[in-house]
Amino acid sequence: MTTSVPDPSQKHQRREHGLMLALVSPALLVILALIVLPVGWLAWQSVYHDGFTLENYRRVFTEDIYWRSFALTFEISFAVTVIALLLGYPVAYLANSVPKGCSILILSLVVLPFWTSVLVRAYAWLALLQRTGVINQFLRYLDVISEPLALVHNTLGTVVATVHILLPFMVLPLYATMQKIPGDLMQAGASLGASPSMTFFRVFLPLSLPGMLAGCTMVFVLCLGFYITPELLGGGRTVMVSMLVSRNVELYNQFGAASAVAVVLLLSVLAIFFIVSRFISLDRVLGQK
Amino acid sequence: MNMRWTVGLGCGLVGAIGWISAADAAEQITFVSQGGAYQQAQTVAILDPSAKKLGITINQDSIPDAWPAIKTQVGSGKPIWDVVDTPTGYCLRGGEQGLIEKLDFSKIPNAAAMPEAYRSPYSVSYEFYSSVLAYSQKTFPKDAPNSWADFWDVKKFPGRRALRNHPIATLEAALMADGVAPDKLYPLDVDRAFKKLEEIKPNITVWWTSGAQSAQLLNDGEVDMEMAWNGRVSAVAKEGAKVTFTYNQGILQSTSLCILKGAPNLETAVKFINEAVDPLHQANLPLNIDYGPGNPKAFETSVIKPERAAQLPSEPANAAKQALMSYAWWSSPSGEAAEKRWAAFMQK
Repeated sequence: MTTSVPDPSQKHQRREHGLMLALVSPALLVILALIVLPVGWLAWQSVYHDGFTLENYRRVFTEDIYWRSFALTFEISFAVTVIALLLGYPVAYLANSVPKGCSILILSLVVLPFWTSVLVRAYAWLALLQRTGVINQFLRYLDVISEPLALVHNTLGTVVATVHILLPFMVLPLYATMQKIPGDLMQAGASLGASPSMTFFRVFLPLSLPGMLAGCTMVFVLCLGFYITPELLGGGRTVMVSMLVSRNVELYNQFGAASAVAVVLLLSVLAIFFIVSRFISLDRVLGQK
Repeated sequence: MNMRWTVGLGCGLVGAIGWISAADAAEQITFVSQGGAYQQAQTVAILDPSAKKLGITINQDSIPDAWPAIKTQVGSGKPIWDVVDTPTGYCLRGGEQGLIEKLDFSKIPNAAAMPEAYRSPYSVSYEFYSSVLAYSQKTFPKDAPNSWADFWDVKKFPGRRALRNHPIATLEAALMADGVAPDKLYPLDVDRAFKKLEEIKPNITVWWTSGAQSAQLLNDGEVDMEMAWNGRVSAVAKEGAKVTFTYNQGILQSTSLCILKGAPNLETAVKFINEAVDPLHQANLPLNIDYGPGNPKAFETSVIKPERAAQLPSEPANAAKQALMSYAWWSSPSGEAAEKRWAAFMQK
């Protein structure tokens, strides 16, 4: 027969839970007040304007310009993610394989641009890429080109600057994952006769996959909402979704039209996180463990 | 307990409360403009002198685009701002949507004396600027482009071009390029304008979005000619860049003063508007920045010297060469439809 004597450890645990709840409640309140409520209000506005209406969504899903913008945004985000991965992987790999002092140096070089405003970096790229910019001047000086290249005021300029800004979000999760791969595994592979490239591709690369997925998700999702680089370096033709949001406020004189765009973008981001979560624990993406 | 302390504290408190209510009693308004050098110039020329003359306090705020804020503030039922200086079209649109107070011109004699085209039931012209054809004198030392037809002529005037990423003034320029006379533009033939724009689109390197960007494009030689605001071009030229512009076929635009519906200090706001368009204050504005006075009577004061007047967009001879923007058309349904069509045009 079981007795109903309360287990003291259970009681203790409940007290601890209560304490934890009390400790996190300020943070929860802040999140509720600053994120949940505004986002809810945003969603509400998108369907309510003098009565319930789906007009804003009808526009988003039927008018060509929205499709074009969403398609372009996903294309740019994809390109930025692939380039950031190709550039970031070797950097993370190098930082992982050199002595601690060197790796700190490499990582601080990666993080350093973080301390400069995105706006300043976008303008810096303008100085480099424009017709009279450093790159075109240099190439013309070398006689490689006779006419300046169109490096900016288009999608290319947008992608270049966005990759630069988002690169740390790729390198850091990659590095964190690589740090956790035991070096013995590579030695074991080598001792079994595998060449260095084979141990890399068969052992190291698969083990770094979670880091790749985490980095790619971060970069892709952040890129979806980018505003400054397409606005300054896109030449007016590169209209990403975030720019539609601001334009709609102006065009339709009501926030609902803009909210609908924002809600669709938010849902796409959530969908991406959902799909990613089927493959990898979200803790790893967000916590970069 | 130390008695003197308590008394002192009490006096301090009473004093503070007294001061707050005194500030309340002394009339004040909150005035909002677009910030930067432009708002500073106004402060010197118009705001400080007006405050002194009326004995009121003018609290200043600035925002690049006041429209969303006007909507939100009036929508909340408790606006904080009183008077805004914003592109005239917003005053009209706001008036139609019940966001802007109707003005009683009997209380604004300075505005009542202005030409009718310079005011509306909701607004008074405050200052003029112009969307002009600007170009690099390096690229065009002589035989410079002098009309929108020249801007569209890529064979006769080869070079990189920029236009504003906005239909306002750009559609007007397209129509003038297609041969419409500056005084016969309205109502705009929107189809014709977009057709003409399709023609030049492949030759536009940049569609700029901010005045600063347009200045940078010209200054760095990123483009050889562009539509830009006259003040931006002259500022670049003053810094030594070899650039200039023509008022010929410029599009004369204005910002106006208007009052938010339910403004906290309505009466003082009306008094302020009358003072702000006073010819003397208005004449002082172009001494501080390259914008023309909203009140043409300012040119009759002896404050603006003839050489200076000749540089200003709203000087009568310059104004005659330009098209006066019809904000009434732009805030009409056809104007709004044209604005919506712009997005589709850009992304095609």
